[in-house]
Amino acid sequence: MTCLEKNIILQMNHIMKIYSNGVVANEDVSIELEKGEIHALLGENGAGKSTLMKVLFGIESPDEGQIVLNGQETTIKSPQDAISKGIGMVHQHFMLVPSLTVAENIILGVEPKKKGVFIDMDKAVFAAEEIAKKYNFDIDVKEKVEEIPVGIKQKVEILKALYRGADILILDEPTAVLTPQETDELFVQLKKLKDNGHTIIFISHKLDEIKKICDRATIMRSGKSMGTYEVKDITTEDMSRLMVGRDVILTFEKEPAKPSKVLLKVRNLSVNNGQGVLKVDDLSFDLRGGEILGIAGVEGNGQTELIDSLTGLNKSYRGKIYIKDTDIEKSSIKGIRDLKLGHIPEDRMTSGCAGNLGILENLFSNQYNDPEYSGKMLLKTKRIQERSNELIKEYLVKCKSFRQNVGMLSGGNIQKVIVAREFSTSPDIIIANQPTRGVDVGAAEFIRRRLLEFRDAGCAVLLISADLNEVFSLSDRLAAMYKGKFAGMFTDVSAVTEEELGQYMLGLKHQEEQEGMIYE
Amino acid sequence: MNNAKRFDLLRMLFAILVALLISFVLIFFISEEPLTAIFTLITGPFRSKRNLGNVVESMIPLIFTGTGVCIMFSANQINLATDGGFHLGGLVAAFVVLKFGLPGGLSPIVALFLAATAGAMFCTIPALMKVKTSSPELVSSLMLNYISQWFCTFILMHFLQDPSVGSASHKLPENSALPVIVGGTNIHVGLIIALVVAVLGYVFLYKTKTGYELRLTGENEAFARYSGINIVKVILVSQMVGGIIAGLGGGVELLGPIYPRFSWMALLGYGWDAIIICTLAKKNPLYTPLAALFLAYLRTGASIMARYTDVTLEIVQITQGIIIMLVVAEQFLSGMKHRMIAKEARASLKEEEVA
Repeated sequence: MTCLEKNIILQMNHIMKIYSNGVVANEDVSIELEKGEIHALLGENGAGKSTLMKVLFGIESPDEGQIVLNGQETTIKSPQDAISKGIGMVHQHFMLVPSLTVAENIILGVEPKKKGVFIDMDKAVFAAEEIAKKYNFDIDVKEKVEEIPVGIKQKVEILKALYRGADILILDEPTAVLTPQETDELFVQLKKLKDNGHTIIFISHKLDEIKKICDRATIMRSGKSMGTYEVKDITTEDMSRLMVGRDVILTFEKEPAKPSKVLLKVRNLSVNNGQGVLKVDDLSFDLRGGEILGIAGVEGNGQTELIDSLTGLNKSYRGKIYIKDTDIEKSSIKGIRDLKLGHIPEDRMTSGCAGNLGILENLFSNQYNDPEYSGKMLLKTKRIQERSNELIKEYLVKCKSFRQNVGMLSGGNIQKVIVAREFSTSPDIIIANQPTRGVDVGAAEFIRRRLLEFRDAGCAVLLISADLNEVFSLSDRLAAMYKGKFAGMFTDVSAVTEEELGQYMLGLKHQEEQEGMIYE
Repeated sequence: MNNAKRFDLLRMLFAILVALLISFVLIFFISEEPLTAIFTLITGPFRSKRNLGNVVESMIPLIFTGTGVCIMFSANQINLATDGGFHLGGLVAAFVVLKFGLPGGLSPIVALFLAATAGAMFCTIPALMKVKTSSPELVSSLMLNYISQWFCTFILMHFLQDPSVGSASHKLPENSALPVIVGGTNIHVGLIIALVVAVLGYVFLYKTKTGYELRLTGENEAFARYSGINIVKVILVSQMVGGIIAGLGGGVELLGPIYPRFSWMALLGYGWDAIIICTLAKKNPLYTPLAALFLAYLRTGASIMARYTDVTLEIVQITQGIIIMLVVAEQFLSGMKHRMIAKEARASLKEEEVA
């Protein structure tokens, strides 16, 4: 593209954003958008992509820097302000009202009115259909959002932004929740939008997707911009080097697994979600010491319910769960933990830590009863402090001291605190649910290596992850979970491709299944 | 002390300053002699030994209830029955010293022990209701206060009343009064008990296993549960301990030299004051004496001001209210805090570049 036809629609210059916990999320970042391009914003988790976009969308205000929209310097005070200036954002986690219809969601906040007060539903449906047709989205606008699949929900989000007149569309990791097939469909749609003159910012850390669809890419690493490149001129290897700062080791050197005796036995497990939906459906499997069983699946296919049952958080399941031959039906959470089970929870902020307490307090919540750390009544403060320092050192937690509040640390360091706590009890079974989600590369690699070390030491590891790369590189056996069942179980992980696994995750493929199949 | 904590402290001092300034402005509006009034408010407590004594003696109930509330609020149990527990503690102490006829040394000890027990039982009711029926302790404890108030009135009128004086009990026997420790004032042994309770409260919350469980649950119940902590135990123990301290505080207050008879007909409001104390002390019992000193000083000053000038006592209620609102307002001065943190972050960026 020559300079002459360059039509700059947006510039963000020298953006600096510091969060209230002192984390510098953006440090002198600049980005420039041409009209009608698909511009990738590429970087590892925690590189500052989302922050930059939050600044653009008016969710965060920058500490320094300037935004130039259509040649005019401007400040964006709020998302409403951003929308009125023609910027739309589709968040990673959908912002839809499940109990309303697609049409109602699309017009929410900008409803066509009857007599100035009442919502004109006919007009709303018409308007929604109109816009869906205009952009070639095949959607039934009268359906309730809670009844439509994830892929469609995302289309609704995009339509919502378009209906509000978005010229610039920010898509925050739009493919994270999609199967490979849904992703392809999304890409077709995005290309059409581009041909219509819309400008798209595509946030991702998946290189092949960027190669497939984007024109230019701005690469970010630890809060800084590493430059903007024409996608066709840069190789994926170079992109990944810029993104990570070194060649990523995608495969771990690992010894073949030596599975020993069964430590976790699940038989005919069924879990209801309380609203009559069967989330885990008659699942039976064994997990042995010395192996890592990976479970891949699109979010919401029963992984959470399965884990909650195994760890004692949910007691209303049917079927049997044995940990080292103990039926845990009547065991408390503590009772289960006493069987030497470690659990890295899915969402570190809601159940993994207490953000307003110090690192020390967060390191001992599962072991303060150990005679090593407490007497009959009193805590052995001195010993706990010593041990905290050891763990901080061993797990490379970047902090000022063990007194610092966990909430003040970065995501990766919070995760290290949690991992340190769960691993320091030398567990026999580890349940790792999204152990590296939103964690920087270094920390992620560290956590993965630890998991392998535990496996080699004879520990049984159950790994649930949305990161296919992770489940592929770590698992000794790999299951694809779909609608509460294992749609596929692969004992030879190298024999299955990502594409194929995707088809199992989406329920397009099923392995030959006998009633009450037990995956041993 | 790290910067964030230092900032919180500064913010609190600033809140107090702003609240005082607003109160002064109000005094200027309503008073004929504003400068005298303000001067009296500030210096009044220092004018005589008796005034200073007033400050210290009115700290005592505040330390008790403040410590109790610190413990309950640390576990995020918003139990407001402290008021009723305190009241009940006073009644039980009066009942014991009037009816049991125990010998001198033993009488106050038994009275205080039973006062604490009654407070514990009373404040555990909302906890039990929460565990058994999942009713929020905030609502049930608030209602229980009325039950306590009228129950105590009932007992007073039917069993303890001295018909010759109306709605008060017979005179409390001399031999069960808590001895005064500073001559010329009303400062009594209760102060020592209160300070011991504050320290023990701190030890309980910060040095024991149970206290640790309370604090974890208070900060994040989902995390505590996931860690294997027994939440039911936390709900019960925290409110029971809070009740013990409230009841004990009521007993100590009644057996102090201020009350010759049990004559509490209305709730005394120390439960509400406790929330102020707890907020100022940042839920740490160790700081309750300081917070109590501040509040007691302010109130003593105000009551002296009311006596000598045309400004009424209620002005401090406004001051208190503003302080609490500013202290709990997370966003108050958040811009300044953000700039401070941003500055630090920039400085450490530069350091890294140099290194």
